[in-house]
Amino acid sequence: MTIAIKVENISKRYKIGLAAQKFQYGMLRDVLVDTAKAPFRFAASLFGKQLEDPGRNAGYIWALKDVSFDLEEGKVLGIVGRNGAGKSTLLKVLSRVTEPTRGSVTVRGRVGSLLEVGTGFHPELTGRENIFLNGAILGMKRAEIAAKFDEIVEFSEVAQFIDTPVKRYSSGMYLRLAFAVAAHLEPEILVVDEVLAVGDAEFQRKCLGKMNDVAAQGRTVLFVSHNMSAILRLTQEAIVMQKGQLVKRAPTPEAVDFYLASGQAQAGERTWDADEVPASAMPFTPLSLRVKDARGGVADTLRSAEPITLEMEYRLDAPVTGLRVGVYLSTVRGEYVFTSFDVDDAALYEKHSTRPAGHYVSKCQIPADLLNEGRYILGVNASSFGVKRYFMDENALAFNIDPIGAPGIHWAEQRQGPIRPRLDWVIENVDK
Amino acid sequence: MTELTKPEPTTVYIKASSGFAALNLGDLWHYRELIWFMIWRDIKVRYKQTALGAAWAVLQPVLTMLVFNFLFGNIAKMETDGGIPYPIFSYTALLPWGLFATALNSASRSLTSNQNMITKTYFPRLVLPMASVLGGLLDFAIAFVVLIGLMFYYGITPGVNALWALPLFILLSIVTALGIALWLSAINVQYRDVGYALPFLSQFWMFVTPIAYSSSVISEQWQVVYALNPMAGVVNGFRWALLGVGNPPDLLIGISAAISVLILVTGLVYFRNMERTFADTI
Repeated sequence: MTIAIKVENISKRYKIGLAAQKFQYGMLRDVLVDTAKAPFRFAASLFGKQLEDPGRNAGYIWALKDVSFDLEEGKVLGIVGRNGAGKSTLLKVLSRVTEPTRGSVTVRGRVGSLLEVGTGFHPELTGRENIFLNGAILGMKRAEIAAKFDEIVEFSEVAQFIDTPVKRYSSGMYLRLAFAVAAHLEPEILVVDEVLAVGDAEFQRKCLGKMNDVAAQGRTVLFVSHNMSAILRLTQEAIVMQKGQLVKRAPTPEAVDFYLASGQAQAGERTWDADEVPASAMPFTPLSLRVKDARGGVADTLRSAEPITLEMEYRLDAPVTGLRVGVYLSTVRGEYVFTSFDVDDAALYEKHSTRPAGHYVSKCQIPADLLNEGRYILGVNASSFGVKRYFMDENALAFNIDPIGAPGIHWAEQRQGPIRPRLDWVIENVDK
Repeated sequence: MTELTKPEPTTVYIKASSGFAALNLGDLWHYRELIWFMIWRDIKVRYKQTALGAAWAVLQPVLTMLVFNFLFGNIAKMETDGGIPYPIFSYTALLPWGLFATALNSASRSLTSNQNMITKTYFPRLVLPMASVLGGLLDFAIAFVVLIGLMFYYGITPGVNALWALPLFILLSIVTALGIALWLSAINVQYRDVGYALPFLSQFWMFVTPIAYSSSVISEQWQVVYALNPMAGVVNGFRWALLGVGNPPDLLIGISAAISVLILVTGLVYFRNMERTFADTI
């Protein structure tokens, strides 16, 4: 087997916070001094020098730290990790958008990426013209694009409007056309990053189909997603990224499990470090999410036949109006079971219309006899409806449901479906 | 699928570059089609949704010429070389100047205006400023037609020298514009000050170039210093080749050419060195 990608000890360092810090601790004097220094700093930095200026260059972050792996030709590799774990940076290094700070990568063949969807599209140009332009930007030869032109148009379903400027397209048409070009690039190595989150269901189905085709043709695929069911379905092997490091490489089910269990301070509890919370979440700060059994103990495995308590602990640094804090529950296959918010009750919403700053716990109970046996994922969402989404983590916590005492347990079989309600069956003999 | 004739995939080795990066012009050659596509795109969209369309390529130099003619020809009664009528005297200079100024302006902004290409996909970044500079040639050609008309009108016949001299001078202004633009576009990635400084730079540069006036007003001992501005050489060369006035190119044009090649080479080196962080800082 030939190696398609060989990654050796790559690290990537980013400078952060220069602009962000600048006006945050806004003393006018500091800002003025800073502005006066700017021309000198500028002159020095043109030649790659940094003026000594303590407190200013403090912010470096290692987006990737000593990542190494090999990937054989024709394999499909999943990449999972939380936001900021370095997944996108890794893909950027592989597709040569940015250089690693240290280390090296050997790539055999052309890398095409579905994160480049629509790159270089010009609104004034027609669909036809943009296909050629976009193809050239993605590294295709003119003849190659011409040969695939009809196929691209057909895949995009915009044949009727192919000679209309794309600024007249609906966003769905625009996206379909953009994806169609990227999908027909036919690179030796395909990189897919979350594009599946966009477009309508029918189109998503086509995209996944295309990815399957690519894999079936024996080409190498790297697939990044937060959707565990897609990762499980499409890949046999996955790597887990954590804070810029590759922490695990294993067959996909094992890697997904490892990823879901990571970040749990103890089994059944997820806590958030300050650096895991994006600045955009302000003034909402998630602290922890817990699942508790009927006896009030935090546990990783809970019983189907007993009620389960969910607790979300968070802090508000300023009053928030219209806040709702809630959870998504889904199976590891990615099917949603339910979504629920703490102010779903209209009277309660009225009562907590504005929450003052402070330390809060929102808790609820999942009634007994609801969930089937299996592994579940809890996601968290804090938002003001129609105004702002403060914080979201779709894979916050995973836990198991044990079927002891559940209906039908006297048959040793796996029940279908995510729920296992205890229903009042009545058996009547209608002969009488 | 026609997988039968698939060529052996090329292997790419990615690593942190240290010190001065190689110019890697082979890579640029590989992406030559992209340069053409970018030029084509710029030209296609340049006058989209304008009422006058490509007429602007003619109107811009012609209107400037009319203003100059009124101010310097009629009011200030500026002397021209060899009694050439002022309109054609200034228009001959405005042509290469327009090519240079447009190229400089659009190429210096080429990286920042194509941000999403840079942050999302790999290609030699040199493609962008190069395409911007070359894209100005079409406007130049259109405006040139007006010059031919003016020459007919005033009954001026260009010498045979124009055949070899004009391409050389056009090349010189393009090389100069590209060299400066390589510096400015790379700086612009991190410091958007370039966008504010550019109008002043081109205005100042226009004044130190003999467009509205004849370079013969510059005294003899300053001519060498004046030659440090490659555009002065270009403008004088245009007038000499087309109108047959002024001195033929001499050692001074050599100085101009050397200067612009120097700017181009240093610009290339600087650009290549900053290129590795474009995607991170833009």
